[in-house]
Amino acid sequence: MFQITAEPLESLSPPGGRSHVGGIVEFTGLVRDVNEGRGVSLLEYEAYESLAMKEGERILAEARAKFPIEDAWCVHRVGKLSIGDLAIRVWVAAGHRAETFDACRFIVDEVKARVPIWKKEHYRDGDSGWIGVEEPRA
Amino acid sequence: MRVQIRYFASLREGRGASEESRETSSATPEELYRELQEAFGLPLPWACLRVAVNGEFADGCHLLQDSDEVTFIPPVAGG
Repeated sequence: MFQITAEPLESLSPPGGRSHVGGIVEFTGLVRDVNEGRGVSLLEYEAYESLAMKEGERILAEARAKFPIEDAWCVHRVGKLSIGDLAIRVWVAAGHRAETFDACRFIVDEVKARVPIWKKEHYRDGDSGWIGVEEPRA
Repeated sequence: MRVQIRYFASLREGRGASEESRETSSATPEELYRELQEAFGLPLPWACLRVAVNGEFADGCHLLQDSDEVTFIPPVAGG
């Protein structure tokens, strides 16, 4: 299941109750205080929510088709986040460990590349900018 | 025809609006974007965008119809 939420992700845990799952891998993405040498004070995530949900579900379905896993979940935060807040959590459950790592990496990479979610960094020097967009240099 | 246009992130800030309705003779999303760039000086070149029509990814050469919703998608940066 793919979700987008403005609520904190810290207290979430993966759904349980699957007897043939032997391992669950989690990737957690946190807000870092520096990017490309610049001090970051705050992040804002914005989503085109309906399309992001569709594309996110497609990525999870691709992961289930591509890797022998039992299930996969991803939740992405939107809104204003502080340093250390959780921005994304991905869980992959499978019978054995190797495929959980591979599938988890696939999901994180595809989400970053394809899902319409944007990130604006606010820097400690007062400047700000959208990531992935080249700013014209003065 | 009249289309509904949605903007996100840097395009939303560049346009100063998250959506607008517009009368246009542009036949495709690419033509429409070039028209909007001309009118409002939008910050991103067409080449770095993706586009969605009526809530699903579409090609820049997709033929637009009256009352379509067109969303221009800047480079994404989730995770």
